[in-house]
Order: sequence, then structure tokens, then C-alpha cells
Amino acid sequence: MQLTLWSYEGPPHIGAMRIAVSMDGVHLVLHAPQGDTYADLLFTMIERRGQRPPVSYTSFQARELGSDTAALVKNTIQAAVDRFAPRVVLIGESCTAELIQDQPGALAQGMGLPIPVLSLELPAYTRKENWGANETFYQLVRGLLKSRVPTPGTERDLRKGGARPLANLLGPTALGFRCRDDVLEVTQLLESLGVGVNIVAPLGATPEDLLRLPEADFNVCLYPDIADQACHWLERMFGQPTVKTVPIGIGATHDFIAEVGRIAGIDVIAIRDPISARMPWYSRSVDSTYLTGKRVFIFGDATHAVAAARIASEELGFTIVGLGTYAREFAREVREAAKRYDVEPLITDDYLEVEARVADAHPELVLGTQMERHIAKRLGVPCAVISAPAHIQDFPARYAPQMGFEGANVIFDTWVHPLMMGLEEHLITMFREDFEFHDGATASHLGGGVKAGAVSLEPALASSDMAVQPDATLMTWTPEAEQELKKIPFFVRGKARRNTERFAQERGILTITVETLYDAKAHVGR
Amino acid sequence: MTDTAIVSFPASGCDVSSVTLERGQRQVFCGLAGIVWLHRKIQDAFFLVVGSRTCAHLLQSAAGVMIFAEPRFATAILQERDLAGMADCNQELDRVAAEILERRPDIKTLFLVGSCPSEVIKLDLAKAAERLSAAYRGRVRVLDYSASGLEATFTQGEDTCLLSLVPELPPLADDERSLLVLGTLPDVVEDQFTRMFAELGIGSVHFLPPRQSTAFPPVGRGTSLLLAQPFLGETARALQKRGATLLTAPFPFGVEGTLGWLQAATDAWEIPVARLHEVTAPAVARAQRGIARQREILVGKRITFLPDSQLELPIARFLSRECGMELVEVATPFLERQLMAPELALLPTGLRLTEGQDLERQLDRLRADRPDLTVCGLGLANPLESEGLRTKWSIELVFTPVHGFDQAADLAELFARPLVRSSLLRV
Ligand code: SF4
Repeated sequence: MQLTLWSYEGPPHIGAMRIAVSMDGVHLVLHAPQGDTYADLLFTMIERRGQRPPVSYTSFQARELGSDTAALVKNTIQAAVDRFAPRVVLIGESCTAELIQDQPGALAQGMGLPIPVLSLELPAYTRKENWGANETFYQLVRGLLKSRVPTPGTERDLRKGGARPLANLLGPTALGFRCRDDVLEVTQLLESLGVGVNIVAPLGATPEDLLRLPEADFNVCLYPDIADQACHWLERMFGQPTVKTVPIGIGATHDFIAEVGRIAGIDVIAIRDPISARMPWYSRSVDSTYLTGKRVFIFGDATHAVAAARIASEELGFTIVGLGTYAREFAREVREAAKRYDVEPLITDDYLEVEARVADAHPELVLGTQMERHIAKRLGVPCAVISAPAHIQDFPARYAPQMGFEGANVIFDTWVHPLMMGLEEHLITMFREDFEFHDGATASHLGGGVKAGAVSLEPALASSDMAVQPDATLMTWTPEAEQELKKIPFFVRGKARRNTERFAQERGILTITVETLYDAKAHVGR
Repeated sequence: MTDTAIVSFPASGCDVSSVTLERGQRQVFCGLAGIVWLHRKIQDAFFLVVGSRTCAHLLQSAAGVMIFAEPRFATAILQERDLAGMADCNQELDRVAAEILERRPDIKTLFLVGSCPSEVIKLDLAKAAERLSAAYRGRVRVLDYSASGLEATFTQGEDTCLLSLVPELPPLADDERSLLVLGTLPDVVEDQFTRMFAELGIGSVHFLPPRQSTAFPPVGRGTSLLLAQPFLGETARALQKRGATLLTAPFPFGVEGTLGWLQAATDAWEIPVARLHEVTAPAVARAQRGIARQREILVGKRITFLPDSQLELPIARFLSRECGMELVEVATPFLERQLMAPELALLPTGLRLTEGQDLERQLDRLRADRPDLTVCGLGLANPLESEGLRTKWSIELVFTPVHGFDQAADLAELFARPLVRSSLLRV
């Protein structure tokens, strides 16, 4: 048993739902009790979808167990096929149905339905949501295309001379983080390189579209968490190479362009950043000097976490103090990245463990999921959401991609916004005796509710049971040292106090004097 | 039914024999959702669901509208090892319980909550609760109940939870009298009722569930039982078995319901009706003024209830009799005929009343009816809105203070708001 307060992923059948909801003409029949219908609200409330998910639930009850659940399954499938006329029907079961072993997949196969029937294996007690989505998408692609795989050794039909290369964009799904806008952004980016988009899947695709996947020259694995198996299979069976770089951030977007150029055989040397790519200049502008070395803690799905780490380090000049993921399937990628940034990787789906690690790392900014937003709020640290699972407010009405050049602009704004802006931070230091610029003042562009940067970390920590208290009972500050500490700008004061106390602790110093304070400052140095 | 004094209701009303029974796909939470409000009410209790990742996800999604610093609920997620017998479920449960109680020394009652998976694998939570109770004797009381979707629909989870408390209630001395109000009420409403009962001269009023699990109300022969929520039939029967007398009343929604509800108590205490009217007059007048404003918006509007919270009947009664709404269809997951008798009597004859659900057919009827307002669960609201139907989330009815005189206008306003909004919007 695993104790869970909040979870990062749902069960694997939720992943299957995400694929069905993404597509057109696909219906999922789930053998599940009534309560499992809650899943509809993820799509209709969080993502504000105006259509019901194409999912029928058998809604079996206690009195049916041991009697005729098989008939219930068959009736539900028949009714769904009659009513919704899907072109493919997926059959799955949730955790409870898995235990009663009705074999709904086999039942469905025996019904002689006039459409393809795909039964899904979704082990609810070992796997989770993203795995379920990945597996369902792969099974769907494979199921529809396996009869069309060319015999080994067949030459690929090359595109006609002069025709532009075509790519499939694979992996965007319902409930995915900013998928809707990323697809648009990457489509435009490819257009600007002279590459056309053949099919986007699963988001917005039909079963017929999937049959046309082999017509593309290559696949872009936009979200490896969802599409890596399908891309791999297409590569092996249809000889379609995979573009693996995920274009989140300026550097990664450049790498993506280079990889596309290499795979599509087009010259991309002359490609320049569009004038709308403001992020590099914004980051170089003097105001951003204040971003230097901001301590940032990153946690999310593997793709977004690794991309965020690169942006934080190379494109914003932050210091990474934590990097982790809940996606065990992609732990290797995160471990490698953590090595590059010299931090201990955190691979866990235990919310409590993440919370403890964030508190330990004393970040000035948290980049995470909606769960880390809870954590950051509690610790009084600013936070930006970079990954699913996300909240309704992370599905903005405006165009807000994460990928490509516009994605980099959006990221600059959303990460820097919660922080105090440079010039303002500077002014507050200069006028800190002024009543309007008191320690508790928040950035002018933020509402009263958000606490400013590091200074608020301490009171918030003190009141929370997660606080990592230095051994304050043993250690004392002389009044002079306390006075001196007050002269330090408030937004670094918390850090100065902690560093000094840690310094003292390490040396067995029990009374902190002005000397100790400056010794510690020299020792820690920036 | 007992020999309690019964308030008389019109003999006409809705005919129970005309109820349509439906079976099929449901669109409703399971009993686990009750934890979301129960854990807010009983402030020193912790709810540990023994279930699957689905159960954890449901709880999180149902509670998703709120942000908790740290919730007093969690899920012990069953893993492959537990199912394959590689891990001893009982040892695992002990370990998880210890972890929680160590983190939260303030917890006085720990509920082990059964789910569909724990039922199917026949995990004996009653035994586990007994064992843990012994282990933590004097510090934590450990109880168990099932909120499994195989049996409990949405609000029924409160019934199974409260049922588990009944054996824990201390006995009421034989010569004592007390009024026991059953069902979770927001503290503000509870306080209003407490003041009103005091003014009416009804002494010793208790509420179940209590705010603190160390303050369990007593029950015995002298207990008169008044239900504040309609979905607590099993608990009511168990309390009757312990000697309590069930007072028959409509539920305290709107002026009429609240007055009838209070009158059941005053009758039992042999307080003259004149005194009831005297005491309640200012609150009634206030409520009527408030309702009148909302009535202007609601009158003549057509409403359909999809089966969800089991509050459908009493709320439909309020909206039709006090707000002038026209009831197109009232569906309820389960019709507790005995408890609902006073409500049925007040509902219009010829009402289209449905018990159970067959979702697709119900939506067909809804699309044909096109009412002005549809009361439904969260999953259906936006899809119906996008079809041009105005909706009201039923879950608000269990999270918002809606009982009693002083909330009657708020209750009406919940239904008026979507209509007002749609008349405002030009986008
Ligand atoms: S219906 Fe059953 S399996 Fe589903 S969430 Fe409720 S208790 Fe868990």
C-alpha cells in the first residue's frame, strides 16, 4: 500500500480516456462502477470541453457481481456503437473490473461488431495515467496500421521531386499541458522551414488520419511521455525517422530546427529567429540582471522538467537547486539532466517527499505542477506551472504555447512575473526605510495576496509543520548581529540568516556575532 | 414508523406508484465524495480510503475546487504486491495508519474507508479497525465504513459513515429527553438552529456528526430524531434501533420546509403552534422578503433534476411551491419512500418522477424538454451549457449553507444565478 495525499497521475484508464477524448470517431467503453464517471469532469471542467468525453461506463453495482456482468458489458458496448457510431471502439476496464475478471475485451471481440475493436490492457495496480495514454496510442496506431506494414526490404516511396517534406506531430492530447497551442506553434515553425504537417495525432485526429501516418517523411515526437512507443514502432515498421528534440526554450528550438533540417534534408543554416522572438533580448536586458542566480526548484513530467532546467540555467541564468519528475518511466532522462546541473535528482510520485525536498532547498521560485503550486503557496514562494497535472487556470483562453519562439516568450513572462522585477527590487532596497517600501511590500504588479520572494519564506516556514528549523534552541544571535542582519535587504535577509546559521552550526558556533555574520558571508560568497 | 405525532400534510401530492424506475449508465460520484465535506465538519477526524489510484484520483478531483494546506484525508493505494498476497494487507494498513497518526498527533478518530477494490478482495476493514483501536486505545478511535461505488451513490457515503458512529454513541439516561439532529450542517446553520431550538424551549439539542469526535451525542429512549438531510436512512434506522423516535417532517429547505421541520420538534415537545409562529415570525418574514426577489426571476421557469445528490425532491418542492418554478422531471438516484413521504405529499400530482438512471435516455428526454434550468453533476454541466441549456451544479447544494430560514433566499439565488447570468451575457 502506498499512502497518497495528492497524486500526480490518475490510473491508466484515465490515460486511455485522454486518447479517446483527443480523437474523433473513437469511443471507449469502460467496465467500471458508477463512481468512476467522475473522470468526465477532468475534461469538461478543468479543460472546459463543451462535449462529453466519448466514453460509456458499464456502471456495475454490487448486486450484479456474480450474476450477469457479461451481459451488462455487451449491452453497454452495443448501445454505445448504436448511438455514437464510432469508427473504432476501445474496450477497457478500471481497477475494480480488473479484479472481477470479466474479460470485456474478449466479450467485445466475440460480438462481431462491424468496426475495429481494440481491447486495452491497463494494469491499474502497477501502471498510471501517462503509461495508459502512451500504451493506448501505440495500440491504436499499431492496430490500425499493422496490416499495412511493408515487407522488410521494400524501398520507401520517396516523395516526388520538388514536393515539400511532410511531418507528423505525435503526442499532443486532451488534458496535456498547452498541447493545443504547441501544435499551432510547431506547425508554423515547420512551415517556416518549408516542412508541411501531414497528421497531428492523437489530438484532433480520426482513425482515418491514423491510416495516413505513413505518408509523412518523418515523425516529430512532440511529447515522448505519450508518443515514444508509437514513434518507435513507426520508425521500425515504416522507416520513418523520429525528430526527438522537444522545442521548448530558445536553445532547444534551435536544436529542433537543426534536427529537422538534417532529417528532412533541407538547409536551415540561413534560418534566423523571427523578430517576435523577444525572449533572448529580454533575458539580456539590464533589468534581468536581477534574475541571476535565483534559486529555482523544478518538478514535473520528464519532458517539461528537463526542458525547464535548460531554460532556467542557460537562458535565464537561474541556479537550479532541485530537479525531479513523477514519471518513473523517464527517470533516466531526468537523472542525466540532474547530473549536468549538479543536483540530486528527485524521482518520486510521493507528494510529501516533494514537499520536504522543496522546503529543504529554499528556492526563490518553484517551477512545477499544480501540486507544487500548493507547496509553494504554503511556503510563501512564487511558483509557475510548467507541466501537467494542471489546474483550470493553466488552460488559458489566450494563445500561450510553451514550444517554439513564442513559447519562449510565454515562458519568460510566466516565470519572471511572479518574481519581483529588477528595477523594482532595486528601488525597494534603496528606499527600504520608507513606509511604502516596507519588508512586506509585494511587487506592484502582483495583488496583495502574493508574498514577495525570499523574505516571506521564513514566516511561512515557521508556521508550517514542514519547517526545517536550524537548531535555534542552541544558537543565539547577539543583539548587534541581529541589528546588522536588519540592514541587509529584506529579500536576501532570510537567506543570509540561514546561511549564517548553517555556517555557525557546521563550526559549532553557539553565539552568532557580527563577525560570524561576515565570516559566513565571505564563506558563502556569490 | 413509530407512534410519533405527525404534522398533517395535504392528502393529495405526488403519487409514488407513478415513479419510473431506470437502470443503465450512471453519471454520479460514489460515496467517497462525502469525505470532502465530512472531513471539514469533524475537525479531529482523518479519513483513510483503502482503495486504488482511481479512488485517490476521484477524491482529489471532487475536492479539486478547494485548496487545502494539508487535507485530513488520504488513500492507501493497493498495489500489485498487496493483491498478489506478497504483502500482508493488514500489516501494510498498520504501517500506513501509524504513518498518518505520527504526522497528525491531533487526530482523535481515524476512519478506514472501504472502496470497490477493497470490497472485491474482501479486505476485512472492520477487523482492522478493531485491531488498530486496541493498539491506539485511549488516543485514537478507529472506525470503518464502506463508501464503495458498488453500493454507495454520492451522498450515501455520509450515511454509511454516520452509521459507523452509531454504536459509539453514549447512552442517554432513561429519564432524559433530547433532540438529535442528523446530517452534516455548516456550523453557521447549526448555530442558527441551536438558537432557535433554545428560544422555542427545546432543551438538550445535539447534532450528528459532531464538530469534534470526542463530543459524541448520547442516544436512547428519550431521543427524538430529526433529519436535516434526506440521504441518511440507514443511520436513522440504526438510531431508531437504539431507542430514538423518528420525527416525520419535510426537510428544512425554504420557509415551508423549515417551519414543518421545526414543528415536528415543537409538536414532540408539546409546544403550542402559536409559540412556534411567534418565535419564527421575524426569520420567516426575512426569508420571505429574500425569496420574493429571487422568485421574480424563477417564477414560471422550467427545471429538470438529474439524479445526483438525493436532495432533488425537497429542493424541487421548495422551488415549485415557494419560487413558482415548473418541475419538468425530478430524478433521484434512490427513492427512500418512507423518509420522503412528507415531501412527496407536497409535490404536485402528475409529477414526472424518476428513480435511478439511464444516462443517455435521460439526456434524450432532456433535449426534448429543453428546460430553462437543469440540475446536474460537474461532468455534464459544460456539455449541456454548450448545447444551450442552463445548468446548476448539484455539488454546490452539499457545500453551501442552504438549510433553514436565513439561507432560503441563498438557496433560491443559487438557481437564479445561471438565469441572471445568461440574460446578462452578450457574447
Ligand atoms: S467507484 Fe469504487 S473504485 Fe471508483 S472511486 Fe469510487 S470507490 Fe473507488
